[in-house]
Amino acid sequence: MLNIDSLEHGIVIDHIHAGSAMKIYHLLGLDSLDCSVAIIKNAKSSKFGKKDIIKIEGKADLNLDILGVIDHNITINVIDMGKIVAKRSLVLPKQVTNVIRCKNPRCISNAEEGVDHIFQLCNEKSQLYRCIYCEQEFQK
Amino acid sequence: MKHLIDPLDFTVEETLELLELADQIALDSSPYAKACRGKILATLFYEPSTRTRLSFESAMLRLGGSVLGFASAESSSVSKGESVADTIRAVSCYADICAMRHPKEGAPLVASHYSGIPVINAGDGGHQHPTQTLTDLMTIRRKKGRLDQMTIGLCGDLKFGRTVHSLMKSLVRFGNIRFVLISPEELRVPDYIMQDVLLAHSAPYREVETLEEAMPELDILYMTRIQKERFFNEEDYVRLKDSCILTAEKLRAAKSDLAVLHPLPRVNEITAEVDNDPRAAYFEQAQNGVSVRMALILKLLEVAAC
Repeated sequence: MLNIDSLEHGIVIDHIHAGSAMKIYHLLGLDSLDCSVAIIKNAKSSKFGKKDIIKIEGKADLNLDILGVIDHNITINVIDMGKIVAKRSLVLPKQVTNVIRCKNPRCISNAEEGVDHIFQLCNEKSQLYRCIYCEQEFQK
Repeated sequence: MKHLIDPLDFTVEETLELLELADQIALDSSPYAKACRGKILATLFYEPSTRTRLSFESAMLRLGGSVLGFASAESSSVSKGESVADTIRAVSCYADICAMRHPKEGAPLVASHYSGIPVINAGDGGHQHPTQTLTDLMTIRRKKGRLDQMTIGLCGDLKFGRTVHSLMKSLVRFGNIRFVLISPEELRVPDYIMQDVLLAHSAPYREVETLEEAMPELDILYMTRIQKERFFNEEDYVRLKDSCILTAEKLRAAKSDLAVLHPLPRVNEITAEVDNDPRAAYFEQAQNGVSVRMALILKLLEVAAC
């Protein structure tokens, strides 16, 4: 069993789909943080079998809502004095820019440099995002 | 400044207002003959088109305006690698309004983000063709006197046909439209159109595979071309294409006031003998395309008759 120190202050991004931790690491720009960041891959999960976890020590100004676009199962725990003081639920953003990419080869966003990849939330219930240019659905 | 990128960019009220103006123009265009004097339409056609480009040019010329532009990517700076954003920035200095056709989906939307003039989407790949939708709506309204309370048959390639999807999206907003979707199983309406358009608006529909099954109940029949390249093999194409070909024989079972529409060009999906039937409305539809584009140019340039 791998042991990683508990956080004193910080956040834990839990229930990440196994294998997606590095994607989220880059998406949130964690590589540019000065604080300690621990990435745990393929941890045991009673719910999913396997999961990834990211632990971030200290205060960091992160836009965590974009995580909902990638994986709505993700949970966020805020840690203070070594204890969970809050569980943050993810709010799906109405629009995301350059977080996810359109996979439609016929879309202008894949043909022209400098065009932002913009997706809009079309259905909150089904968490459906569509590319604003070609209406291609984002497949998780 | 308003653009037309998606048929839904205009509200139901704005659409009806535009169709009203298009009807007036169709009736008598003389009050509008000089309405756009001194104005320039740029036609930016990155892929070849005959009728759409010519109908835009005809519309502007009939309004007393002028036209400039290009008819293929090869004859424009795009062949030197210029972006849509840069092209539209430059064209905004030369023209007052532009119509853009582009093979990439969403290109006119990108243009509208950088443009200093109104942008009209004249077709972006297999995505949208809003001026065709306005033309279709105008023709249905002129034939039936309304855009609600009717049964509309959509026939042919319902999977890839952008005109069909745009028309469905627009029509469901007018209420009480019943759809009969006539196509081979391979070319049925895609799931997302079913979900987002038909089910989301609780629009009644049924799916059939042959024209004969639908004909007697239809008020409008909207034909589209089945393209050979959509099929994996020649055998399937030959087997299925006949089920969606309209002939005078099949038309016998239809209502006397049915109107047959087609976005054109047609290949063989409507036999030539049908052209002489008073229910064939597709050439009138092409004529309406000019009137509706005249009305659209007037609206977007915010000019009135003079």
